[in-house]
Amino acid sequence: MEKDLWIRIPLSSNYAAAHAVKDVDVDVVAAYPITPQTTVVEKIAEFIANGELNAEMIHVESEHSALSACIGASAAGARVFTATSAQGLELMHEMLHIASGLRLPIVMSIAARALSAPLSIWGDYSDVMNTRDSSWITIIASTAQEVYDSIIQAYKVAENPDVLLPVMVAYDGFTMSHTYEPVYVAKDRSIILDYVPKKRPSWNVLDVEKPITMGVVANPDWYYEFKYQQVVAMEKSPEVLKEAFQEFEKRFGRRYGFIETYNLENSKIGILTYGGLYGTVIEAIDYMKKMGMNVAAIRLRVFRPFPYEELLKAIKNLEALIVIDRAISFGATLEGPVAMELATMAYKKGLDIALHSYIASIGQRAVTEEDVIAIVKNTVALLEKGVKVTEKSIYWGVRL
Amino acid sequence: MSSSTKQGYKTVFDIPREEYQAPGHGLCAGCTAGTIVRLLLKVAGPNTIVVNATGCVEVSTTTFPYTSWKVSYIHVAFENTAAVASGIEAAIKILKQKGVIDPNKQMNIIALAGDGGTADIGIQALSGMLERGHKVMYVMYDNEAYMNTGIQRSGATPKLAWTTTTPVGKVLKGKLQIKKPMAEIVAAHRIPYVATANPAYFLDMMNKFRRGLEVEGPSFIHVIQPCTTGWRFDPRLGIKIARLATETAMWINWELDHDEFRVTVPVPKRKHVKHYIRLQGRFNHLTDADIEEIQKMVDKEVERINKMVGKEIIGPVVE
Ligand SMILES: Cc1ncc(C[n+]2csc(CCOP(=O)(O)OP(=O)(O)O)c2C)c(N)n1
Ligand code: SF4
Repeated sequence: MEKDLWIRIPLSSNYAAAHAVKDVDVDVVAAYPITPQTTVVEKIAEFIANGELNAEMIHVESEHSALSACIGASAAGARVFTATSAQGLELMHEMLHIASGLRLPIVMSIAARALSAPLSIWGDYSDVMNTRDSSWITIIASTAQEVYDSIIQAYKVAENPDVLLPVMVAYDGFTMSHTYEPVYVAKDRSIILDYVPKKRPSWNVLDVEKPITMGVVANPDWYYEFKYQQVVAMEKSPEVLKEAFQEFEKRFGRRYGFIETYNLENSKIGILTYGGLYGTVIEAIDYMKKMGMNVAAIRLRVFRPFPYEELLKAIKNLEALIVIDRAISFGATLEGPVAMELATMAYKKGLDIALHSYIASIGQRAVTEEDVIAIVKNTVALLEKGVKVTEKSIYWGVRL
Repeated sequence: MSSSTKQGYKTVFDIPREEYQAPGHGLCAGCTAGTIVRLLLKVAGPNTIVVNATGCVEVSTTTFPYTSWKVSYIHVAFENTAAVASGIEAAIKILKQKGVIDPNKQMNIIALAGDGGTADIGIQALSGMLERGHKVMYVMYDNEAYMNTGIQRSGATPKLAWTTTTPVGKVLKGKLQIKKPMAEIVAAHRIPYVATANPAYFLDMMNKFRRGLEVEGPSFIHVIQPCTTGWRFDPRLGIKIARLATETAMWINWELDHDEFRVTVPVPKRKHVKHYIRLQGRFNHLTDADIEEIQKMVDKEVERINKMVGKEIIGPVVE
């Protein structure tokens, strides 16, 4: 990384997101404030007010309109951005499907937060996991630096003609959105725009010279093919994501993949999680190491498309995998949404691996290093009793 | 600012010959929505982007792989036409400023939605768009019910009308509430131009579309749209019924251009509302007494409008 191209400043993940929006020269921002996302909107408004970003900011009257306006602006050929959390993301839900169905390269950041009722403004991933089947590429960042970098990468992937799907970049509400970390941001955004050039729109746009009809009615004779095209786009996206990550690393020196691993070589037990909790897990692993216990950490960075190959490689030599989910899929076979993916994968590949599903940090219930260690100990005890797959997810830290 | 609707289209020969709505749509035979949209596009011309809400017009003109639209067109959902149009307007503004789009290119952005998509589910997005002042012309075609889903009542359904959700039974006789005064709700937002129009008075309607596209900021045109299927009338009667709406003052053609209010189609001799009502199956259940109740409502409204204009612009009932 060439040091003189970057400045290192303390930023919350929300501010990191706003800086990324400024540096990719977004044309239209439409967003509605909601805790803990609000400071993203405020920061972008400040950038525009100061002339640091030349963009139209639409102060919409709801999140539904925020994403609707982004759909309109993107359809007109603009680079667009929005951000939200929890209830806002739920209010957008209908539009999530329309944005991807219309194949518009919208990028959205999400300060992940618990869903009402009861009302909770605190961080978990219930909101993000609820969008699972909306055909958005989903990245979950675990540092403010990664939030900045991922949003930049997101435009490169979304606008690729082989993909043309919207992308969301999520991170923990409060524990990341409102805490500061040192972040490298570009001194001059030209280096970022070199990486994500604003060429003529790579997608179909509402051009008065070449009229098109968007958002048609598709009868049973056609609808299925439209949806299959989205399947194909998702299938092509890993290659595009990989190239985007590699080019990013080559240019800027910061390395990202679909997953991240820690202490994998010597471990028989692994812990898989996502978002800011990964940092806590790493701390716990370092501590356990000192106690003579080797445990690996795996972080899911890209949730959609699900990074099948990479995960397979990471877990194939493990004897047991602990998945700590931060959302509940009520009534599911395993109520941890990511654990369910892993179970499917293990079955498909005939892996001989124990799989223990834990749910934690719901409504931002604290998860400390001690919790992680206790989860590992609990798992070891279960393994000794011969429990290969937890019958139900284990609700860690809940008062029964 | 003076209203310029008097200029423009004076006779039928002034109407552009170019068609931007291709033949072959799937609207019901005799649907007056087709007439409205066709004339709207003639006024707007080729440099136009239409944003259309879910509803009759959308489903019957965009069945893949066909389209009736010769101008750029987008449908997103039922409730957010105004928000989508806001996004398009903002994008074009900034892309012009950044030189991506030719800054001298004049473009019309038209939002087109039914009464359901405007007065009910879409009113929040519409209000937001008006308050923010986007330069979009919003055209509400008002067939007074949710026709696309099969004639359910909307906020714009008139009092006592039958719909499938306000059926006529032993206890209830159609819709209980009065029609939501949408154009006046919009006017309360203090936007530059609001008008009501009627396809039977097509030159008046087209001049209003023209004025709506010309003003700076948002404009709103509320167009009555007789629906053969939902109102239950013979398909050949659409325009006749539309004309009767104005002749009976069930529908008053007015405009509010900046602060200037005028009734654009004066009716010196008014017809009794029964002439309008008796042609439509949706009012079949009404007794003479019910019709008199409607007549009284209309009389009161005429009085109010005349007071606003300051003279008897709409005259008394002369059979
Ligand atoms: C969120 C949502 N709710 C309901 C519907 C179903 N729906 C589609 S069109 C429509 C009614 C449209 O009525 P209106 O706006 O009056 O237009 P018209 O069909 O009469 O032209 C309804 C209820 C929908 N598409 N989206
Ligand atoms: S139902 Fe009514 S509004 Fe819809 S297409 Fe038929 S006539 Fe037109």
